[in-house]
Amino acid sequence: MTEIRYIAPSSLEEAIGAYAAAAGAARILAGGTDLLVQMRAGVVSPGTIIDIKKIAEATGIEETPEGGFRLGAAVSGAALAEHPRFGQAWPGVLEAVNLIGSTQVQGRASPGGNLCNGSPAGDSVPAMVAAGAVVTLQGPNGRRTMPVEAFPAGPGRTNLAPGEILVSFTLPPRPKGSSDAYLRMIPRTEMDIAVVGVGVNLTLENGTVTAARVGLGAVAPTVLLVEAAAKALIGSKLEEAALEAAAEACRAACKPIDDKRGTIVYRTKVAGVLLKRTVAIAAERAGRN
Amino acid sequence: MNVINNKWIGSRTIRPDGADKVTGRASYSADTSMPGMIWGKVLRSPHAHARIVSIDTSRAEAHPGVKAVVTAKDIVEFPLDKSVMLGIQDMRWMSRNVLAREKVLFHGHPVAAVAAMSERIAAEACKLIEVVYEVLPHVIEIEEAIKPDAPILHDFLSFEGKPSNIAGKLEHKLGDVEAGFAKADVVIERHFKTRPVHQGYIEPHSALVSVVDGKAVIWSSSQGQFMVRAMTSLLTGIPQSDIRAIPAEIGGGFGGKTIIYLEPVATILAKKTGRPVKMVMTRDEVMRATGPTSGSMSTVKIGATKDGKIVAAQGTFYLQAGALPGSPIRGAAGCAFAPYDIPNVHSTGFDVVSNRSKVAAYRAPGAPIGAYAAECVLDEVAEALGMDPLELRLKNAARQGTKAAHGPVFPVIGFVDTIEAAIAHPHYKTPLGKLQGRGVASGFWFNAGGESSAQVNITEDGNVAVTTGHPDIGGSRASIANITAELLGIDYKRVSVLIGDTATIGYSNLTGGSRVLFASAMVVTQSTEKVIKTLCERAAKIWKIDPEAVVWEDGEAKPAGENAGKFPALSLVDIAAKASETGGPIGAGVQQNTQGAEGGFATHVCDVEVDPELGIVRVLRYTSFQDVGRAVHPSYVEGQMQGGAAQGIGWALSEEYLYDKNGKVDNASFLDYRMPVCSDLPMLDAVMIEVPNPKHPQGVRGVGEVPLVPPLAAVANAVANALGKRFYSLPMSPPRVLEVLDGA
Ligand SMILES: Cc1cc2nc3c(=O)[nH]c(=O)nc-3n(C[C@H](O)[C@H](O)[C@H](O)COP(=O)(O)OP(=O)(O)OC[C@H]3O[C@@H](n4cnc5c(N)ncnc54)[C@H](O)[C@@H]3O)c2cc1C
Repeated sequence: MTEIRYIAPSSLEEAIGAYAAAAGAARILAGGTDLLVQMRAGVVSPGTIIDIKKIAEATGIEETPEGGFRLGAAVSGAALAEHPRFGQAWPGVLEAVNLIGSTQVQGRASPGGNLCNGSPAGDSVPAMVAAGAVVTLQGPNGRRTMPVEAFPAGPGRTNLAPGEILVSFTLPPRPKGSSDAYLRMIPRTEMDIAVVGVGVNLTLENGTVTAARVGLGAVAPTVLLVEAAAKALIGSKLEEAALEAAAEACRAACKPIDDKRGTIVYRTKVAGVLLKRTVAIAAERAGRN
Repeated sequence: MNVINNKWIGSRTIRPDGADKVTGRASYSADTSMPGMIWGKVLRSPHAHARIVSIDTSRAEAHPGVKAVVTAKDIVEFPLDKSVMLGIQDMRWMSRNVLAREKVLFHGHPVAAVAAMSERIAAEACKLIEVVYEVLPHVIEIEEAIKPDAPILHDFLSFEGKPSNIAGKLEHKLGDVEAGFAKADVVIERHFKTRPVHQGYIEPHSALVSVVDGKAVIWSSSQGQFMVRAMTSLLTGIPQSDIRAIPAEIGGGFGGKTIIYLEPVATILAKKTGRPVKMVMTRDEVMRATGPTSGSMSTVKIGATKDGKIVAAQGTFYLQAGALPGSPIRGAAGCAFAPYDIPNVHSTGFDVVSNRSKVAAYRAPGAPIGAYAAECVLDEVAEALGMDPLELRLKNAARQGTKAAHGPVFPVIGFVDTIEAAIAHPHYKTPLGKLQGRGVASGFWFNAGGESSAQVNITEDGNVAVTTGHPDIGGSRASIANITAELLGIDYKRVSVLIGDTATIGYSNLTGGSRVLFASAMVVTQSTEKVIKTLCERAAKIWKIDPEAVVWEDGEAKPAGENAGKFPALSLVDIAAKASETGGPIGAGVQQNTQGAEGGFATHVCDVEVDPELGIVRVLRYTSFQDVGRAVHPSYVEGQMQGGAAQGIGWALSEEYLYDKNGKVDNASFLDYRMPVCSDLPMLDAVMIEVPNPKHPQGVRGVGEVPLVPPLAAVANAVANALGKRFYSLPMSPPRVLEVLDGA
């Protein structure tokens, strides 16, 4: 039986050192709700497991001086739900993170793990993309940042450089009249994988959309930022024509596969339907802010 | 019947296995370990269909930590030309399902097995077994398998004189259907398809076997320790007297554990190595290579006169057997029209093999498939006649004296009562909203009696120990305790019920066919009556009076007749304390092939709501009405009814096997094989109707299977009602619903 080394460093530097030393034979552990399942299935068999939950920066929830939020990559869904203000500012991101798994899974699963796992169907990712989140990465060559939509590289692949760890997500400040929402289509009501996921983030001024971002999941090799959909919404009062144009932009952006979880025709149609429903929820919330 | 005062029968006593199960203390097969135990693992076919040219196990055998390897040549061979039946199972097929012999017939078919020091080493060694295959074209779906140019799975099968994948045919005929249809004002004929669905038990198959001095002890998860003993004996050549099969708690079976997979393999590995061998399937193995029940292709035609009298019904049902013959065509062809009094019936079933895992029983095997087609067509007939669908069913319902096409004339049955209860229930009158629909369907299941044994012993301190021979899947221990306490007039807590193993109780047939409480209540009742007679005799001896002058009342022996009041009553404790002086230990056993199980009937009402943009169907409300005979333990009966409805809803809406182009199951996990989860279902209401079975001491009818018969059609009819559009294929999963709606 091969031995697995488990370490839980308390500083990022230590974690990065150990990660580099293992030269590819190590895996980062956040909540482990993907990693442990993959290990049991024999998909991965790391020699070293580096648990990042003892690192303060990876598990903190911080309000930035500019009025945004910084979320540690390994924050659990349950911890995020308990934050007194996060859910008011970012109800869409919160509901997306909280949709992951079940109560038990929520105690562990993190947005960082969801993103690093690289699944195009990860629930929190379209919401993060819509939110305009920026991720901070740190590796042997120092720190860098990138927009969250640039992070995934394909199914199961990311743009993390060798030895790099995802440290945190930074969400921008919220202008008045802003809110967001996330909806996914799953055949069951829970414990399922998104067939389509849509995140929408809106700012409204007197009923007119002044800013919008749309994230679309599970319909292409990576989660997509659909700029054409946002463009269709911006400047509109969310009239049917604008909504239809945004829905059409989402359908056009789809490059899905036919697989056991959904057909091309189905995923494409549903992307448009969910776009409209998600916009309605985000707009209703924004109207209250 | 039911003359007893019913203090315990019909009460919701605390289940004896409850605390163990919620605390995790209950012992399942995989929880058992032994000193010196090693692990077995199965090598499975990577092909859907191939001839086995050769198997070289030498590299695996040489692998460090490997103790033994088995292949089909290590088990008893059952030649293809001679059928050896064990119950409804043909050992020719059973042996080839356990370990492939001439050919591999489905992806995941066991080819060999290894016993090694750890499960991991065994799995590694499996990869070192060199199997040379000659890959053959495969066929998965029925419509392909019955084509004239289809790849043929078995040379020895022929149909109508030609090599065929049709392995068998069964026909029921009553009257003259052509004449019947000629009289009909409305005739509707439709074609249907259903997909195979898995029983979905949570506990994977598992077995631990030790063989010492040629004597085998088997701990395994099954629906029948005697079935395990008999099949293992046939496949290993070890006589039954040298096999002791011990039943464990079982984490679900639903019919899927009425056959064996691992037990003979582990037995031979244990025999070869001299070590206890444990084997536990993964979920992937369970999904690929055990169960499911058949997928189907059917045609049903029903004719009725203007006044709503059904005059003729015809059905053709093709059922998938999987790779080896034996699909439940009897359930489909026999049950489809059985709820109705129809003068002219012609019902035919075809057993079709294809390169899928061999089907296993699943609650009311075949019947849901037949009922789906028949009950959907009935719904259309009602529509065409402008009649309420329940009124149509009521008008044609089978009653006492109705002759069913599959043979029997029904005795006292409660089918009409289920329909009347549904019509009168508030559910049936509740208004529906937009995009909502209501569907109804009825169903029938044969139920079964058969062999059971019981032993009822009075302990020295005056309590009661009952032993029966059936694994308890649906609450038989609690129900037997209720009955024994009732008969003896003592507190339920004083009765302890155990499931014996094959060495400690007499032969008892499977837990299946909804037979267990029917049959075991019979033998337990007779045993208890014998015990009561003995108790009265012992009291008579103590009092020195005639035994005939003693009665048993409220848990005590009392002098009766002219002696009434002459002596103080003697309790069970008093008599037990004097047992040695009055003739020895007190107990009685009865073994019997029980008769008189009568059919079960149910009517279900289902409300759904459809999201037409996403194709999602949600069940809003569901009520089952069932003739349960006598609900000995009502909570368990309701549980059976709710479980059947839940499984049927899954079958109707979301469950299916998906195959890739190589004939490999593509969704062998609970993530992608979509059984409903709790939040998918509303509270499932269960209305029990008690029309006691006159042939049973407590009036028991089987209740475990008929709950799965109506739901497929009830849901389909509700969807049709919501959308004004009919689906003739299951599951009505979101992509399929949109396909049909957008095809408009
Ligand atoms: C029962 C169940 C239900 C689920 N339901 C859902 C669902 O509804 N929706 C959904 O999207 N997902 C679901 N998942 C998948 C999983 O829970 C999520 O993807 C979750 O967000 C993963 O987070 P984690 O913290 O557990 O990640 P981990 O398992 O700890 O990590 C995931 C991967 O990312 C890597 N990694 C983690 N953190 C970092 C980091 N900071 N830097 C670099 N690499 C890192 C790990 O090495 C690993 O490869 C479910 C899983 C289970 C077991």
